[in-house]
Amino acid sequence: MDDLLSEFLTETSESLSVLDVELVKLEQNPEPAILQNIFRLVHTIKGTCGFLGLPRLEHVAHAGENVLGKFRDGELEVTPSAVTLILQAIDRIKLILGHLEQNECEPEGSDEDLIASLNDMAEGRYVAPGAAGAAPAVEEPSFPVAADLLAEVEAAYAAGKRAASDTDVFAEMAKERAKEEAAKAAAAAPAAAPPPPPEPPKASVPAVPPSPPAQTKEVVPAGTAPAAESAVAAQTIRVNVELLENLMTLVSELVLTRNQLLQMVRGRDDSEFTAPLQRLSHITTDLQEGVMKTRMQPIGNAWAKLPRIVRDLSVEMSKKIDLQMLGAETELDRQVLELIKDPLTHMVRNSADHGLEGPEERKAAGKPEVGKVVLNAFHEGGHIIIEISDDGRGLNLDRIKQKAISNNLATESELESMAPQQIYQFIFKAGFSTAEKVTSVSGRGVGMDVVRTNIEKIGGTVELKSYPGKGSTFVIKIPLTLAIVSALIVECAAERFAIPQISVLELVRVTNNSEHGIELINNAPVLRLRDRLLPLVSLKKLLRLSNGEDQETFIVVTQVGTYTFGIIVDRVFDTEEIVVKPVAPILRHISMFSGNTILGDGSVIMILDPNGIAGATGESGVLGGGQTTEQTVTRDKGNDSKTSLLVFRACGDDLKAVPLALVARLEEIDIKDVEYSHGKPMVQYRGHLMPLVSIDGTTQFREEGRQPVLVFSDREHTMGLAVDEIVDIVEDRLKVELTADNPGVIGTAVIAGKATTIIDAGYYLPQAFGDWFGRNDKEYGEDEGSQPRILLVDDSPFFRNLLVPLLSVAGYDVTAVEAADRALALREQSYEFDIIISDIEMPGMSGFEFATAVRADGRWFNTPMIALSSHATEKDFERGRQVGFNDYVAKFDRDSLLQTIASTLATLKGAA
Amino acid sequence: MNQIVPASKRPSTELVAPETQDYVTMFIDGQMFGIAVLTVQDVLGPQKITRIPLAPREVAGSLNLRGRIVTAIDVRLRLGLKRADEDNKGMSVVVEQGGELYSLMVDQVGEVLSLPVAKFERNPPTLDPMWREFSAGIYRLDDKLLVVLDVAKLLDFNKSE
Repeated sequence: MDDLLSEFLTETSESLSVLDVELVKLEQNPEPAILQNIFRLVHTIKGTCGFLGLPRLEHVAHAGENVLGKFRDGELEVTPSAVTLILQAIDRIKLILGHLEQNECEPEGSDEDLIASLNDMAEGRYVAPGAAGAAPAVEEPSFPVAADLLAEVEAAYAAGKRAASDTDVFAEMAKERAKEEAAKAAAAAPAAAPPPPPEPPKASVPAVPPSPPAQTKEVVPAGTAPAAESAVAAQTIRVNVELLENLMTLVSELVLTRNQLLQMVRGRDDSEFTAPLQRLSHITTDLQEGVMKTRMQPIGNAWAKLPRIVRDLSVEMSKKIDLQMLGAETELDRQVLELIKDPLTHMVRNSADHGLEGPEERKAAGKPEVGKVVLNAFHEGGHIIIEISDDGRGLNLDRIKQKAISNNLATESELESMAPQQIYQFIFKAGFSTAEKVTSVSGRGVGMDVVRTNIEKIGGTVELKSYPGKGSTFVIKIPLTLAIVSALIVECAAERFAIPQISVLELVRVTNNSEHGIELINNAPVLRLRDRLLPLVSLKKLLRLSNGEDQETFIVVTQVGTYTFGIIVDRVFDTEEIVVKPVAPILRHISMFSGNTILGDGSVIMILDPNGIAGATGESGVLGGGQTTEQTVTRDKGNDSKTSLLVFRACGDDLKAVPLALVARLEEIDIKDVEYSHGKPMVQYRGHLMPLVSIDGTTQFREEGRQPVLVFSDREHTMGLAVDEIVDIVEDRLKVELTADNPGVIGTAVIAGKATTIIDAGYYLPQAFGDWFGRNDKEYGEDEGSQPRILLVDDSPFFRNLLVPLLSVAGYDVTAVEAADRALALREQSYEFDIIISDIEMPGMSGFEFATAVRADGRWFNTPMIALSSHATEKDFERGRQVGFNDYVAKFDRDSLLQTIASTLATLKGAA
Repeated sequence: MNQIVPASKRPSTELVAPETQDYVTMFIDGQMFGIAVLTVQDVLGPQKITRIPLAPREVAGSLNLRGRIVTAIDVRLRLGLKRADEDNKGMSVVVEQGGELYSLMVDQVGEVLSLPVAKFERNPPTLDPMWREFSAGIYRLDDKLLVVLDVAKLLDFNKSE
């Protein structure tokens, strides 16, 4: 059976059994929430039927939905007869589904009678008894029975036997349904033999004696259950993904424990544990495979959207494109699949847009008019290989050379000595696009670098081969699963760290008298390795571990993207399989670590993030994220020229610095002059009160004597930052190398040869004034930077990486979060934004719910919101507007996003 | 801590007091602190702790507690006190916050006290602002004061820094 159809059947039978229960609940207690749920379920069924081309089902569901819509709008009262009618519609749907399941097509017949009744009901002119009696059509075996029964019930009502209580109504309902079910069951047997002979309407009724009310309770479940459980539905169950993830984690732990045990026993030849261990090992492996399978999905799921995208492209670009997808059934981990989806789409777009020529050009080149884009996925040695190839013109070597030179990525002479395949790799650098004209789909140069970063994030690699006139091929290699990775264990300053094996190229042992020796260029260590100069980074210095004697002897040659560098460590142990666990929230800002894990010996170990280390060494070009931070910093602090910095010590021995231009004066204050008001220290200074703040927020000053203070001035307010000692004023390039997430700290820079913390003076000003002079953060923010602040909420890291640079370049100050609740947490922390851009489809809180929450209360309720979604239909627009979005933009439409932001902000300014 | 009379040994009138709260007591620099007993998952002796470079200085490192990674917080430093002496190995109280386990390192862990809610008092205004942030309130005991720690605030590194 068609996958889509069987999925639909499973889902719909689930919905239907819920509907049965909910409808009965609704009758007893017409609450809007229940009604809403029912409406939604029926609506979903209708929508899916329409999509699958099942007109009969769709019409019945549609008519039912109409009636429910009237209920919802309060135009119709929820009466037992109305509910009965809806239940009939649902039974009809079940009947059709049953046929669908057996024959994969809708049964012959018409539902006009039922639909007519439903429509009459919707229009408020449904007269039950007479009409229903007349209605029976011969094609439907079960319906006449039901209609008759309905007539019976209605007649009973008309005769004044209206049920006195809910229980009675319930009983009545149940009786009726029981009859119906039985009738259907009776009808089903002959119906199975083709062609189904028309069943005389009355025939089955006598066989079913009305059940006495006492049996109601048993009858109801018996009545609903058999109809709901179709054979297809019974084959699969839905399991929460979280449960599977948990299972996977447990299995991973089990595998590790097994490995530990095996290692212990390996040394002994005649251990009594050997046999049971072997068995344990087998079972564990089987279990691991089994659990892995539950998480596997065919890669075709990630490709489903591609044919449509390519088709649209071919129309837009007037190209003829043939998209071939091979190996769609290749399975890979769900988590990996999610992460690979967007990069893949991007690359296929690129191939179709840049790679393939127009029909004319192709003809001229002697190729068939129709260009080919081939996607091929297959397994290879524990990895999944995905190839994306086109038979287009190939990459334009000259354009890439020009671009590389103009972007200062390489000099002409360097390019001369490079092989073409090497030069092609430049397209993975940020800001690189060779498309002569920027089209609506690609060519803005925010592309391949993000693709590469995303693939590398999941431990994959991407390679490129291109032949002029013949086309290009991208080969993506990704691990089957992210749960267990192999890592190299190293030691540095008596601490152990893990480095993911996939980024390790080789290990080099250095000694002073061997051919490999560490050399220094102005204190920067480098290594000559096979005619190449390898930049080195000392893990000890990077992690600021205590400076013991130098016994560093190993260099771990590491590759991040195209950037190769060496990490100097003390010792290298062996490799171990580890389960990556996220670090505690308070440590997430440290970019050097990608997680932590427990080793076989039970000790906790930090996992180094080669991306983070590469970023910290200054090679941020390969990193999407690192690049943006650096952009922000440089924009804040002007260009790369030298800045005067005031270096001081406060709260600890480490050096701290602020740009001198921000400091109004340096003062020493007699500690006796410090007064306290409101529990906060201050001094009288030049006729005004000046609040004093210290770096760590405490108010402990010197016991006596004079306290050095940096005076910051902002319009009429001054503030004193108490420091321990003013060290120096130096002029140096302010290049923040390590950015910190701590508020009040911009990051760490090397100033006059020493690592120095750069203090964010802007953080302390509102601390002193925020609640003192009633200056709120907003006002402060507007003084500080004229860039409009944007909050971007999107669960896809790909889109965040795509949009953040785009918006930053467009002159916005962007904060990106991955979930709606994170965004709301920012609201709690009193962050202010000029505009909020939110995705709609997000796990957890959806964009609609997020907008509702934002609009409900709190400080953001006036902030304009723009919805970002891949479903840009009129109905979505409407819903978006209802919950409070000001505008709605399709996800891939960057131009209109930028336009919308600009116009929304303009409106805002106009209004203010 | 020997001066403290555990709840069970107190006169019966106090024992049957209707509203009591149980606290795990602990000591840092001679000061007694308390954490509601139900929030405490474990009490640990000295542990092997992995240092975490570049972490905030209050973070002592992480440790393995029955297969879960626990972040150790040096409560001394968090309260603005001096680092403990090398020879003082200390003990830890493990609490859960936001799905993550944290081990609060203190000098010593004492008994569980059952204290009448009526004796609970708000922070005196003279308390150091840093302590005021982390203290939920004070209990007046016969011979000393017990500071009730607000674990959520103690572990919220975003707000206080």
